[in-house]
Amino acid sequence: MGRYDSPAALAALVQPHQVHRDIYTDQEVFQQEMKHLFANAWVFVGHESQTPNKGDYFSTHIGTQPVIQVRHSTGDIHVLLNRCPHKGTKIVIDRQGNTGKFFRCPYHAWSFKTDGCLLAIPLKKGYQNTGLEETDSGKGMRSVGDVKNYRGFIFARLADEGMSFEEFFGKSLSSLDNMVDRSPAGRLEVVGPPLRYMHHCNWKMLVENQTDTCHPMVAHESSAGTAVKLYEELGLPEDAPKPPAMEIIAPFMSPYEFFEGMGIRTWPNGHGHTGVNHSIHSDYAAIPGYFEALCESYGEEKAKAILDENRHNTVYFPNIMIKGPIQQLRVFIPIAADRTVVESYIYRLVDAPDELTARTAMYNRMINAPTSIVGHDDLEMYERAQEGLMVDGLEWVNIQRLIEEDEDFEVEAVENGTTERQMRNQFHAWVKFMTMCQKTEAAE
Amino acid sequence: MSVTRETLIDFIYDEVRMLGEGRYTEWLDLWLPDGHYWMPLDYQQTDPINQTSLMYEDMFMLKLRVERLNGARTFSQKPKSRCHHVIQRPFVDEMDTEAGRFVTTTFMHYVETRLDEQQLLAVTARHELALVEGRLRIANKRVDIVNCDAAFRNIQLLP
Repeated sequence: MGRYDSPAALAALVQPHQVHRDIYTDQEVFQQEMKHLFANAWVFVGHESQTPNKGDYFSTHIGTQPVIQVRHSTGDIHVLLNRCPHKGTKIVIDRQGNTGKFFRCPYHAWSFKTDGCLLAIPLKKGYQNTGLEETDSGKGMRSVGDVKNYRGFIFARLADEGMSFEEFFGKSLSSLDNMVDRSPAGRLEVVGPPLRYMHHCNWKMLVENQTDTCHPMVAHESSAGTAVKLYEELGLPEDAPKPPAMEIIAPFMSPYEFFEGMGIRTWPNGHGHTGVNHSIHSDYAAIPGYFEALCESYGEEKAKAILDENRHNTVYFPNIMIKGPIQQLRVFIPIAADRTVVESYIYRLVDAPDELTARTAMYNRMINAPTSIVGHDDLEMYERAQEGLMVDGLEWVNIQRLIEEDEDFEVEAVENGTTERQMRNQFHAWVKFMTMCQKTEAAE
Repeated sequence: MSVTRETLIDFIYDEVRMLGEGRYTEWLDLWLPDGHYWMPLDYQQTDPINQTSLMYEDMFMLKLRVERLNGARTFSQKPKSRCHHVIQRPFVDEMDTEAGRFVTTTFMHYVETRLDEQQLLAVTARHELALVEGRLRIANKRVDIVNCDAAFRNIQLLP
């Protein structure tokens, strides 16, 4: 019996205005997250353009579970657990490839159709009358509980039973819609491999930071502040084109009032976004030909409405963030209580000018690379927090900025852009999905 | 100045020593104003613009990077990182003395350390050099990390 194997013990880690440090530091809590939260929630797997042709596969993780996203012979995308049902050997090791019409385990050559069904076993007579077909091993590669392809983005729920995709995301899908609608063809395509960045901290610190609007001007003063200073020293006329670093990095130095006015919206089940009214992406220069292409596809009114959204970071609970205006998606992959790998993907807007892809690639490398002067200070803050949380006697982490009495996270809300409501919203959802099937089990 | 193979090789040795000793003002002065420091993300990547790289930095970004290292509120550099380069003798791949254009390839082991951590990167550096007003300058530099697809922790200084 561990300390955290009961729903009550887990729920007690979250109070309205604070959360217990074990949520970030305790390996048992982490294991419970993998068992419950990452099984009950709808978790991002990949984009369909990573597996465009039949037999194409892409290997990744849902929580700590190795999975394969694969394009089946019918054209549908399946998500299979990456394990041979025989002895456990991982079926694919490379990050992507094409397996043809079937997967073949490299150990004993059991083979499986690309929907996971058992196809053949060499020397099958050895299993005659053994009852293999009654066992889990005889049923082929196991699929996740449910899969949804939403406008090209593949999400999966590990648990066989649970909340539907539509209920889980609700109106929060408007952010994904806006990102996809920015393509005149209504379609995105992944561009190159993701940046991969190792952090020695808990995955939730990264997720919380996506809607933390009180840190950019502090933690990033050394990069964004220095950029502004260097630019001023150049003494260029006001209408001269700005260096790219100014357009991308300098807005991080915007004052508190800017972030307050930007607004934060929260949706049920832990989703939310910054940048309701404007954001650090609002003032990017127009790209010639882009608006015209959008108008041709959607008409001028809808094209304007699409571009008027400048949502900054949208968090899809539990572990991704998207930036609609620049077609970026970051996934925070939990490895252990104090280990997280961040993968930062960018997408091309099909039928839009290449300059938009170039700006997205620039943003990705300037802000989110392990070589980024902005990323360096974020990682420093997370890891100092991970170490600082080991201080005994002060065991709670404060999340009460702009808290209101009896907050209801089951309804959509728009608040001041410096509220920590979205962090509280995430923890409300955390308790919900951590204790969901445990309650069902208890009721049975 | 007449450029020989030895001049080029000495130039590369001098450059990594500047980086190792943190003499960044001198190092920035080696560059031509329109040069780019490129560190690809993908193995054998050909496009620095329309695909993500680890770095693709013009002189403004490189100056910003160097200036930031000495800032009072550069938290990830308190304490500062240190680095060390061990290079093989550079290959001279192209030598057009008439046009004053040269290309070298250098294999090196790059070590970066801070606090109790130290990381070792095996890298290949490709320099495009140009003879301008009697001085060798860096026109472009490409740095390929052999395990470019690995999940790195912070890389804060420069191979």
